[in-house]
Amino acid sequence: MSGPQAGTPILETRALTRTFGGLVAVDRLDLTVYPGEIVGLLGPNGSGKTTALNLISGLLRPDSGAIRFNGHDIAGAPAYRIARLGIARTFQLVRVLDGMSCADNVRAGLAFHRHPLPQAQIEERVQALLRRVGLEAQAHRSVPQMTYIDRKRLELARALALAPKLLLLDEWLAGLNPSELQTGIALIRSLKAEGLPILLVEHVMDAIRSLCDRCVVMNGGRKIAEGSVNAVLADPAVVEAYLGAPADA
Amino acid sequence: MIGAPAAFVLAVAVVAALAAVPFLADAYYLALAISLLQFTVLSTAWGLFSGPTRYISLATAAFFGVGAYTVAVLGEVLPWPLVLAIAAAIGVLTAVVVGFSTLRLSGVYFVIFTFGLAELIRQLVVWYEVNKSRVLGRYVFADITQTDIYWQLLALAVVTFLVGWAIARSRLGFALRIIGEDETVARHCGINTTLAKVVLFTVSATIMTVAGAIMAPRWTYIEPSIAFNAMISFQVVIMALLGGAHRLWGPVLGAVPMTLLFEFLSARFPSTFTIIMGVVFLLIVYALPRGVVGLLARLPRRPRETSEALR
Repeated sequence: MSGPQAGTPILETRALTRTFGGLVAVDRLDLTVYPGEIVGLLGPNGSGKTTALNLISGLLRPDSGAIRFNGHDIAGAPAYRIARLGIARTFQLVRVLDGMSCADNVRAGLAFHRHPLPQAQIEERVQALLRRVGLEAQAHRSVPQMTYIDRKRLELARALALAPKLLLLDEWLAGLNPSELQTGIALIRSLKAEGLPILLVEHVMDAIRSLCDRCVVMNGGRKIAEGSVNAVLADPAVVEAYLGAPADA
Repeated sequence: MIGAPAAFVLAVAVVAALAAVPFLADAYYLALAISLLQFTVLSTAWGLFSGPTRYISLATAAFFGVGAYTVAVLGEVLPWPLVLAIAAAIGVLTAVVVGFSTLRLSGVYFVIFTFGLAELIRQLVVWYEVNKSRVLGRYVFADITQTDIYWQLLALAVVTFLVGWAIARSRLGFALRIIGEDETVARHCGINTTLAKVVLFTVSATIMTVAGAIMAPRWTYIEPSIAFNAMISFQVVIMALLGGAHRLWGPVLGAVPMTLLFEFLSARFPSTFTIIMGVVFLLIVYALPRGVVGLLARLPRRPRETSEALR
């Protein structure tokens, strides 16, 4: 395929399909993420973005289609194996472990690697990861008392604890206030600067414009546009998906 | 909290004192002590699996019965330690098969399956006895006294607590706590949740099986309806929930008072016993949703740290 991306993709889906009853939630989706880039997965509500993330991360099994990640065929593999291969994710509705301390939440992501670190290094990594997301002062806080953005940071720290080779973010920036949003964008950009490829589902336009190297737009389970942010946002098919057909206007 | 050395000394002293009970107690109190130990072992073993995973298992009677029936069949023929070892092996095998086939089920389906399991195994045993061996009911001829039963149960109780203590400090224990919090997150942390649950289910079930084997000589005559009595499954759940299944030492806090209560009620009100017990069950679930442990821990709860737990 031609494009600005070089080398082999870290993630590649081919004709990925998943139906729920009669509804085709993801319809023959081709998606690629190259090393070092941030790809935005856009589309109106119900267009299949989260289902696509769930298929890639192993939470759901695809009906058909292929998923290649870093040389492995992972379509239909159990989620724990995909996580150990290096795909980490966050959830649309933030999922942290409320019955555990902040530090234990991060340990959860560290303790089950294929080759777990020795104990002393795990403790070091916990502290480093909490610092990385700006939670170092809260290591011993109980999680239910934490603010919304701090819970999101904690979930991200747990995802990073897997030492991922690809990060899936599902609306990680949704619901933040303007200053938190800037902090969040800076944090994601710094992850990219470290070379971590990211596939993010997002609705926040500022974030999409400032973060994404490339976008894929979905509607009704299908890919309807792909390319640079400006190109896809100007694409008539995308405008129609978000705003309805011009005849209605 | 008391320090680790003090706790160790205390535990040894308690075990030593309990080991001396047969020298002091008469036959009635020894029998009562055996019941107490039996339910302590069963409810603690139940809590090992169901506490962290929050899966309610009604399979206790199935495993207890498998252990008891193994003794009824082999007790005469083989030396006692070998009989116990075979019972344990059968328990492991049954638990692995049942575990892999059921632990993908969740919630109420798991409860119903485990309840059906005891009945299924009982019917299989009945079928075999009627059609193949042509006996229904067997005499237990093992040369085992009440005192032997007591000491063996005490040893099993010690093993159960040590195993539980070791698991809580292991990676497996940490994995199970995460599974109990959020199984989806656990999978995305790289935890093979099915394997973790099957391993723990097997540990718990094996202890129950051995308990059944140890208890078998207490009945001189065993038939399937005695060995696979569904009542025991419910009693164990209630005891563990009363005590608090999310702590290792929780279920024993429920097992002791409930065993004494059952003993008192069944002696005093033999005909209305089950009705009273039903009311007691309801009251417990309403009044103590987090068990005695939860009652004790009403003080502001601090999240537990696992830093040393992974060592």
